[in-house]
Amino acid sequence: MPYLGSEDTVRELRRHLSNPNVQSDPLRYRSSILKVIRAMSQGVDVAGLFSEMVKACATVDIVQKKLVYVFLCSYATLNPELSLLVINTLRKDCQDPNPMVRSLALRNMVNLRLPSLAEYVEQPLSAGLRDRAACVRRVAVLGWAKLHNLQPASEIDAAVVNELYGLLRDPDPVVMVNCLRALEEILKEEGGMAINKPITHHLLNRLGQLDVWGQCEVLRVLQRYRPQSESELFDILSLLDASLVSPHPPVMAATLSLFLVLCPDLPAVSFAALERVRGPLLAACGSASRETRFTALCHIQLLLRSLPGLMGAHYKRFFCGYAEPAYIKQRKMQVLVELVNDDNVAMLLDELRGYCTDVNADTAQAAISAIGRIGRSYSDQCLQILTGLLGLQQEHITSAVVQTMRDLVWVCPQCSDTVCSALEGCEETLQDSQGRQALLWLLAVHGERVRSAPYTLEGFIDGVRGEASPGVKMELLTTTMRLFVCRPAETQDMLGRLLHHCIEEETDMCVRDQALLYYRLLRCGMEETRRVLGGRRSEPSLGVLIGRPAEPISQWASSFNTLEPLKQGAGETETTGRASPQHVTFDLDSDLSDTLNSGAGGFSFSPAGVQAPPLTLSLSPALSPEEFERLWTQRRAPPAEEGAEELDYVCLEERIRCPAVPHCSPQSLQAAMQLVNIQTLAFTAAHASPWRVYLYTHAQQAARSALILGQLLYAGEDEDEDEAGLSEGPSPRGREEEVKVTLKQRPRDEKALQGFLSILTAVLHTLPFNTH
Amino acid sequence: MISQVFILSSQGDHLIYKDFRGEAGSDVVGVFYEKVTALTGDQPPVVMNHGDLHFVHVRQGGLYWVATTTADSSPFTLIEFLNRLAALVKDYCGSLCEKSVQMNFALIYELLDEVVDYGYIQTTSSDVLKNFIQTEAVCSKPFSLFDLSNVGLFGAETQQSKVAPSSAATRPVQSSREQGGKSEIFVDVIERMSVVIGSNGVVMKADVEGEIRVKCFMPSCSEMRIGLNEEFSIGKSQIRGYGAAVRVDECSFHQAVRLDEFSSSRILRLCPSPGESSNEQTVMQYQLSDELPSAPPFRLYPTIERDSGGRLLMYLKLRCDLLPRSAAINVCVTIPVPRGSVSVSQELSSPDQSAELKLQSRAIEWRIPRFPGGTQLSALFKLEAPALGPAPLMEVGPVVLAFELPHLTVTGLQIRFLRLSPVQPGPSQRWIRYVTHSDSYVIRV
Repeated sequence: MPYLGSEDTVRELRRHLSNPNVQSDPLRYRSSILKVIRAMSQGVDVAGLFSEMVKACATVDIVQKKLVYVFLCSYATLNPELSLLVINTLRKDCQDPNPMVRSLALRNMVNLRLPSLAEYVEQPLSAGLRDRAACVRRVAVLGWAKLHNLQPASEIDAAVVNELYGLLRDPDPVVMVNCLRALEEILKEEGGMAINKPITHHLLNRLGQLDVWGQCEVLRVLQRYRPQSESELFDILSLLDASLVSPHPPVMAATLSLFLVLCPDLPAVSFAALERVRGPLLAACGSASRETRFTALCHIQLLLRSLPGLMGAHYKRFFCGYAEPAYIKQRKMQVLVELVNDDNVAMLLDELRGYCTDVNADTAQAAISAIGRIGRSYSDQCLQILTGLLGLQQEHITSAVVQTMRDLVWVCPQCSDTVCSALEGCEETLQDSQGRQALLWLLAVHGERVRSAPYTLEGFIDGVRGEASPGVKMELLTTTMRLFVCRPAETQDMLGRLLHHCIEEETDMCVRDQALLYYRLLRCGMEETRRVLGGRRSEPSLGVLIGRPAEPISQWASSFNTLEPLKQGAGETETTGRASPQHVTFDLDSDLSDTLNSGAGGFSFSPAGVQAPPLTLSLSPALSPEEFERLWTQRRAPPAEEGAEELDYVCLEERIRCPAVPHCSPQSLQAAMQLVNIQTLAFTAAHASPWRVYLYTHAQQAARSALILGQLLYAGEDEDEDEAGLSEGPSPRGREEEVKVTLKQRPRDEKALQGFLSILTAVLHTLPFNTH
Repeated sequence: MISQVFILSSQGDHLIYKDFRGEAGSDVVGVFYEKVTALTGDQPPVVMNHGDLHFVHVRQGGLYWVATTTADSSPFTLIEFLNRLAALVKDYCGSLCEKSVQMNFALIYELLDEVVDYGYIQTTSSDVLKNFIQTEAVCSKPFSLFDLSNVGLFGAETQQSKVAPSSAATRPVQSSREQGGKSEIFVDVIERMSVVIGSNGVVMKADVEGEIRVKCFMPSCSEMRIGLNEEFSIGKSQIRGYGAAVRVDECSFHQAVRLDEFSSSRILRLCPSPGESSNEQTVMQYQLSDELPSAPPFRLYPTIERDSGGRLLMYLKLRCDLLPRSAAINVCVTIPVPRGSVSVSQELSSPDQSAELKLQSRAIEWRIPRFPGGTQLSALFKLEAPALGPAPLMEVGPVVLAFELPHLTVTGLQIRFLRLSPVQPGPSQRWIRYVTHSDSYVIRV
């Protein structure tokens, strides 16, 4: 068949349709109409054939009728006058003895979407509501909704609404569900249909007769119902329990959504419901359809925000399949990062390392940054893997590794030594600007410890003419300046060349301005330069803010089972993003450093040992729980009996005002403590009373080392009398928010103990306040 | 609530377009295709936006199945619906490809008309729909039983006496109506396994997801009873009998399944109630994680070294640990190779195997059409790579196997019997078929 343009096609088709010979042969007539529809769905404008198609409508052949209706519904709005001709045929069909013909006519009568036809349509629609055949009633019910939306201004016919309410008791389940849908649309302005107790119970009782789609619709509508009493609520919940573990993901999701809406004040019930859906959700994660898998994964991420331990034992279900598309792999890795714990970390890292050499560069980079995220809690193992990956000398892997190391060092300064030694020589592999910026940033911050730093910089400066990215140039300027401050002899010459180039030859305004700024800064003298460039170093307690505490369910309940979780970008869990960490804004950042400084009472400390610190805390040698218990109880004995040892050992009780502590999750507390090298050994659950935490550390000061054992106790409002006697100072209100700290130290070192106490206070103050 | 549904070919041809609510014009089809092709990666995200219109799409049969919606609807529902729609089209047209959709567009419009009204899903049960759909399906190849004699199940050798041809179950549902007396029932037990074997040979992960699917072309069947292995048990604690237990971790059933005889004698009773049954049902779904009842079907013993000429020598021994009477078919071993590999020379142990280097995916594909249980194959690949990185051995692997195991379930689940009541008049054929697919079978090197 020769290629015909759209006009030729229409002319050809019209010739066929109006040929009397074709019209008399049903098969040929039908195939001509088929050609019209085919052209239509391929995007050809066939509106010109409207009158021919109207004629073709009057036929006894149902297939032909259906095809013509497809055409008419698409083009009726363009030809309102001609469409009037169809209405007679349609009204006649509404009287047809065959219910299929009746429903077809009724449906398409409204689908023409012509407000002018409303007066002709109302009567058949009313009749349709009382039709014997369920298929006609289904169409008629929705027909009223369509009609209402065609004329939004017209007032609602109360009789119709009443009739629709009555049809909720229709024996056909689809009619019932359609009634819900129609009423919701018609009464949209009044906030939807009335969901009262009888209707709710009627709907719940019929849930079993409905198919998957009907169940979802009913469950969605029921979200507006508020049970009148607690016992009614629990009746409803127990009725719904079976659908919570339904093998159909849509039903399961809709039920959980309803659960979360019905009991926002009963966290225990909500958490139990989350536990119940774990099985079905995991099954959906292994579904044959990739898209279902993806949806389930996204929703699991939501659940994990409130219950981080929900999937811990099932981490293997989130290992990536080889043939899975990259977007599923990336989500799975995000989930895996959340599931990491002491038992599975080795297995998980082994798995993730396998993904780092994936053919797909995006997957490889996602795997590398996932390892970096795990590195915040398990830095040694992760750094070992990351350093190993540098040995591959592949450009995209090296770039991702360097960026990950930069992010990791900012949060865990204690890894900087390993990172510094790994950096040597990787500048040759780095090609992209992101990776090179990360490398430069690392050299700027830790340049004094990377032996080859000046040579690396020299390479960059020699090639600055060919450098395209202004970001790299600006980072290069800062790095050279910073390195100049700590290693002036090696860098002076190259700094001069760089500044000269940037000021004299650079065309990018930002780069030139920055170079000028540095130049003028240098003229102010070395002291001033050092003060300005010294800048902020990372605070070890930043990790407290980055490690997310468990959120209350209400934070995400409204987005559950919507498109929202599927849309969030892959960067959702990557708090640090792609920019240099210094440029990331932490809301609490400035407050935090203030708190730490004032809290420590002018007592500077730094576990990473960037400057020689007066006091360092260390975790080694490690103390086993049994050992701790022995030491703790031993020292509880009255000191009088051990007079010889008394000098050797000190016990201190203190109260710290800190409202957040008993409410924060164990994970965030532990993370916070670990960052300053305090090990927590045991703790009670978040809301138990009395609430206790046991911890220990080794305080090292001026070559002396002392073991400190500690207990945090929060007794709540019903504090014991004798305990209250100890603290005569604070008012009762203040006491509620106080945590009693008991510290034992050996050997005795008052100054170190005071130092430790202020560190502990500072850490406790940085804890996020978190109420469930 | 669905605003529009459309089907696009992978080249962006408009195959089907249907607007249900008149909320957006047909120009969004073009917008969708631009968005889909603009993104990199093998498949862009499932949900995309255009203004306040959301596109949700799935890919099946090489086609894009797209639903648009303005309200924030449930993604589970939309995706399940699109999958179900694709399944319906497959049921009615016989197969799912661009050609069959193009040839049957009238039928698909008719289907869409009945399945969705005003954006609300009405019914997707093919039994109910059968009464409304009038258009005949156009098959690309007319279905004829005489063609079947030379087609085997999944390409396996023909065992006419025992197995039904796989194409039999993919014929259009409607043809059963015309064929009248011909009544058939298919019970398929399909398992998908995903396994990770560590470089030291330890099974690190082994999951099996399985399902029992029933496809019934019997007009007068009111109840069927499917008997599973008697020693079938669910969960860890419950072990029945003394024989080798067939165990699964979790198990869920279709809502039409009556389980009153399940706990005593492991019988599933299926009562298709009118209006609720469809003639293809997933009767039971089950999962098994971490513990396979038998050894994993394949083991790999690789030796990889660099020779003096800078080539990479890979000597692979692959052992199939199935029972000698069963065999794996269509085995495809994918071995990722280092960057900078140019060509490969191979020594394979038999002429029906083949291997080639796919430069785009940086991997060698070694295909074995048939691999009997208890045997061992070996292959030697010499990889020419002039510019090898410093650590090429780290870049080799993990090796991935794709295969099919016909007549076999890894969990050991079997159908003991299949009884239909009332007793079917006339000749009827019952097909029970087992197959295990590899979902992801990874062996680390």
